[in-house]
Amino acid sequence: MSAPDDPILTVEHLSMRFGGLVAVDDLSFSAQRGHITALIGPNGAGKTTVFNCITGFYHPSVGMVRLAHADGTTYLLERLLDFRIAKLARVARTFQNIRLFAGMTVLENLLVAQHNPLMRASGLTVLGLLGLPIYGHAEAAAIDKAKYWLDRVGLLRRADDPAGDLPYGEQRRIEIARAMCTDPVLLCLDEPAAGLNPRESAELNELLLGMRADHKTSILLIEHDMSVVMGISDRVVVLDYGVKIFDGTAADVRNDPKVIAAYLGVEDEEVEQVEAEVGL
Amino acid sequence: MEYFCQQLINGLTLGSIYGLIAIGYTMVYGIIGMINFAHGDIFMVGAFIALIAFLVLVALGVTAIPLALFLVLLIAMAISALYGQVVERIAYRPLRHSFRLAPLISAIGMSIILQNYVQVVQGARVKPLPPLITGGYTLLESESFPVQVSNVQIIIVVTTVVLMAIFSWLVANTRLGRDMRACEQDLKMAALVGVDTDRTISLTFVVGAALAAVAGLMYLLYYGVIDFFIGFVAGVKAFTAAVLGGIGSLPGAMLGGLMIGLIETFWSAYFSIEYKDVAAFSVLVVVLIFLPTGILGRPEIEKV
Amino acid sequence: MSQALETPTRPAIDLLGALKSGALAAIVAFGLFSLLIGVRTDQGPTGALEIEPRLVAFGVICAVAFVGGFARALLAGERLDVASYVPEQIKAAAAHIGRYFGLALLAFAVIEPIVFYHNRYILDLGILVLTYVMLGWGLNIVVGLAGLLDLGYVAFYAVGAYSYALLATTFGWSFWICLPIAGFLAACWGVMLGFPVLRLRGDYLAIVTLAFGEIIRLVLLNWQSLTGGPNGISGIPRPSFFGIPFADEENGFAATFGLEYSATHRVVFLYYLILALALLTNWVTLRLRRLPIGRAWEALREDEIACRSLGINTTTTKLTAFAMGAMFGGIAGSFFATRQGFISPESFTFSESALVLAIVVLGGMGSQLGVAVAAFAMLGAFELFREFSQYRMLVFGIAMVLIMIWRPRGLVATRTPSVFLGKPKEVPAEVVAEARQ
Repeated sequence: MSAPDDPILTVEHLSMRFGGLVAVDDLSFSAQRGHITALIGPNGAGKTTVFNCITGFYHPSVGMVRLAHADGTTYLLERLLDFRIAKLARVARTFQNIRLFAGMTVLENLLVAQHNPLMRASGLTVLGLLGLPIYGHAEAAAIDKAKYWLDRVGLLRRADDPAGDLPYGEQRRIEIARAMCTDPVLLCLDEPAAGLNPRESAELNELLLGMRADHKTSILLIEHDMSVVMGISDRVVVLDYGVKIFDGTAADVRNDPKVIAAYLGVEDEEVEQVEAEVGL
Repeated sequence: MEYFCQQLINGLTLGSIYGLIAIGYTMVYGIIGMINFAHGDIFMVGAFIALIAFLVLVALGVTAIPLALFLVLLIAMAISALYGQVVERIAYRPLRHSFRLAPLISAIGMSIILQNYVQVVQGARVKPLPPLITGGYTLLESESFPVQVSNVQIIIVVTTVVLMAIFSWLVANTRLGRDMRACEQDLKMAALVGVDTDRTISLTFVVGAALAAVAGLMYLLYYGVIDFFIGFVAGVKAFTAAVLGGIGSLPGAMLGGLMIGLIETFWSAYFSIEYKDVAAFSVLVVVLIFLPTGILGRPEIEKV
Repeated sequence: MSQALETPTRPAIDLLGALKSGALAAIVAFGLFSLLIGVRTDQGPTGALEIEPRLVAFGVICAVAFVGGFARALLAGERLDVASYVPEQIKAAAAHIGRYFGLALLAFAVIEPIVFYHNRYILDLGILVLTYVMLGWGLNIVVGLAGLLDLGYVAFYAVGAYSYALLATTFGWSFWICLPIAGFLAACWGVMLGFPVLRLRGDYLAIVTLAFGEIIRLVLLNWQSLTGGPNGISGIPRPSFFGIPFADEENGFAATFGLEYSATHRVVFLYYLILALALLTNWVTLRLRRLPIGRAWEALREDEIACRSLGINTTTTKLTAFAMGAMFGGIAGSFFATRQGFISPESFTFSESALVLAIVVLGGMGSQLGVAVAAFAMLGAFELFREFSQYRMLVFGIAMVLIMIWRPRGLVATRTPSVFLGKPKEVPAEVVAEARQ
C-alpha cells in the first residue's frame, strides 16, 4: 500500500525482563492508523507480554511505546498507568483468558465500560444521587451505545443474561463489544479467534473489518488462527523467543523461511527441503 | 549499655517464641494462600494443654522437673497437632474451592470457637504457674544493671534452634518436605504428578500446630501465667513476623520473629510499655504497605 | 419438569464401617478433650492452681462424638438436601412472597414501637438490632458490593462515637450538628486508612484492616488525656426532639405535646432516629448501585484487572467505597454514643468487627434485605441466649463455621442486576466470581 506513513502506535526498542528471563528483546515495530496489524508467533514468543507492556499491565524494562492520535496528541504509554492508557490514550484490549464480569449481566458489562463518561455526567455521582435528568439522559445514551454494539456482534438478545452463562464464543464477542464501548482509537485483541469454529472465525473477520471501516478503529491483534490473520491483516509482525523475525505484509509472511523455521522448528538448511515437501 | 544488652537477650527470647508460631502461619499461607486465623489460638490451646498436663503429671507423682517437662512437651505437641488437624478438616478443607472470603470467615469463626471453648471449660481467669526453671547466669557484672540470662531463656533459645534445625532438615531432605515445597510452588501440578495434596496440606497444619504448642509451653515457662486471650495478640504479632520475614520462607519466619521480639522489647524498654502492641501492629501495617514480600520473600509477578 | 431422582438401591447398611467411624470420632474426641475438659484448673485458696477431674463431662463428650461419627457414617450416602423435599409450588410461592418480604419487614419495623410501647426491653432490643442493621448496610458497601475484605470496621464506629462524644461534651453542639461532622470525620479516616492499603490483595487487606482496628482501640485505651482511657467519656448529652428536651419539665417534650411524661418517649424517638438513619443508608446504597460508581464497585469485586483495562481508576473507586462505608459506620457510632450517654474502648473490640462481617456474609452477595434479616437473626439469637452468656460466643463461632460450610454464599444467594432491557434475571451466586486476581 502506498499510503503515507501514519503510525498510530510506534514501539521502539522494547525489552521486557523478568529477573534473568528475557521475554521480549529489543522489539521495534509500528502499527498504521486504520490498519489491522497482527502479532503472531509460536507459543511463548512473548506476544501477550508485548500487549501487557503496551496496555500498561507490565512496566517495560527498556523501550518506548508511543501512541499518536489523529489530531496530533501523543502519549508515551510506557510511562502511563494502565487505566490511564485506557482512559486518556483510548487504547482498549481484550484478554487471552476472557475477563468478563461473570456475575453481571451483559448489558451491565457494557455499561461499566462507559464508566468515565457516565461518571462525568453524574457529576461524580452527586448529581446522579439527586436524580437530576442530566444523568438520566447520559445513561439512556450509554444504553443505546451498548445496544448498538451488542447488535453489531449479534448478541442483543442476550443483553439481560449473566455474562458468565454465555458460551465461550459469545463471551469473546461480548468482550470485544465491551472494549468498543470505550470508543478506543486502538483496539488490542488477544487471541480473539481462540476456540472459534471456522464459521465463527469468518464472522469475526467481518466484524473486525466492519469496525475498521465504520469506526476507523486501528486494530492490533495476537492470533494463531491463520485464516483470521491472512484474511484481514494489513501487516504482520512475527515474534519468536521475544525477537522480531519478520515485519511485512500477510502475503509475504507465509513464504519467509525464518517464519517457517520458527513454527516448524527446523534447521535453516532444511528449510528449503521442508518447503518443497509442504508444496510451497 | 548493660540495659541494652539485657533487652537484647530478652528480645531474642521473645522473638524465638514468636518465630515458632510464625512458622505455622508462613507454611500454611505458602501452601494454600490462606491466613490461618485460628493459628494463634492453637498456640494458646497448646499452652493450656502444657499447663494441665504438667499439673496432672505432678499429681500423678512425676516430680523430676526435666522429665515432666519433656513429657509435657511431647503431650502438648501431640494434642495440639491433633487440634490442628481437626481444625483443618472441619473448617478449611470443605472450603478450599470456595470463594476467597469463605475460609477467612471460617477461620475467624474457628478462632472464636477456640477462645470461647477454653474460656468455658477452664474459666476466664488467668492461670498462674510458679516458675519451674529458675536460676541463670550473670554475663556482665555491674553496679547499675547486671546483664543476666536466665536458664529459661537459654532453654527457649536452644529448643528453638534445635527445632529449626530439625525442621529445616525435614523440609530439605525428606519426602514430606519435598511434597510441601512442591505444593507451595504449584498445588495443581503437584497433584498431577502424584503428590497427595490433601495429606500434605494436613501435615503442614499438623507440624505448624506442633511448633505452636512448643511456643505455648515456652510462653508458659517464661511468663508463668496464661489466659484464653493470649492467642489473639500473639497471633497477629507472629503473622507480622511471618510477613516481615517473607511469607512462605521458613528462615524468614524465624528472622521475622526475632525482629518482632526485639522491636517489641526495645519499644517497651525505651519508649512506652502501654503502646507496645501498637508498635507491633504498626510494623505489620508498614511492612504490608512498603515491603509486602518481606525480607527473604520472593517477589510475585502477576500474570495478566 | 424433573422429578426427584430415583434413589439408587443402597448397599446394605455398613454397620461395621459406621462403628469404626464412631470409634475413630471417639478417639479423636478423647485426644482433644482429655486434658481441657477432663481436668478443670482453678485457683485454690493459696493462689496456686489446683486440678479437679471432670470425668463425667468428658465421658459424655466422647460418647456424643462416638454417636456423631456413627450417625454421620450411616448417612454418608444421603446428602440431606432439604430443598429437594419442598414441592415446586411452595418454592414458587415463597419466591413470590419474597419480593414483598422486605416491605413487610419495613412495615413491622415502623409499627414496632407502637405495638410494643410498654415493653421497654423489646424497644431497646429493636434499637440494638437497627444499629447493627445500619452497620451491616454500611459494611455491605465495602465488603458486599466492592468486595474489599475489611476486618476493622469497628474502627470507624469508634471514630464516629468518640468524635461525637468529644464534640458534644467539649463544644456542646446539638446532635444534628455533631452527627454529620462525626460522619465526615469517619469518612476522612476511611480515606486515610484506605489510601496506603487498598492495593493489597484479599487476606492481606483483611489483616491490615484488623491491625488498624486494633491500633485505634489501643490508642483510645491509652490516650487518657484525650479519650479518658479505659474510663471512656461519660455525660454525653442525650438527644432532644429537635431542640425540645425529653425531660419532665414545663418546656419538655411531654409538656409541649400535652402528654404525660414518660421516659419511653425518648426511647421511641431514638428508635425512629436509628430507623431513619438506617433507611438513609439503605436508600443511598440502592441509588449508588444504579449509578456508575456502584456498578464500578461490583465490577471491581468481580475482576479488578478488567476494570483497569476499561479505564476505571480502581484506587479512587476503592477509596470511595471505603469512605462511604466509614461514613455510615461513623454515623452509627454517633448514634451509639448519644443513646448510651457513655462510651469506652470496651465497646469497640475486634469481636464487633467480626459480628458485623458475619452479618454481611450471612446476608449474602451484597443484598440489603439479606443483611437486614441476618442482623435480625444474629442479634435475636444473641438475646435469646442471654442467660447462657458464657456459651453465646462459642455458639456464635460454631454458627459462623457451619454457615460457611453449608451455605457460604449467605441467605440471599442471588444478585439482582441494576439495569436491564427486558425483564431482570436474577444472577445465581455460583456464577458471580469473587475477586479474580
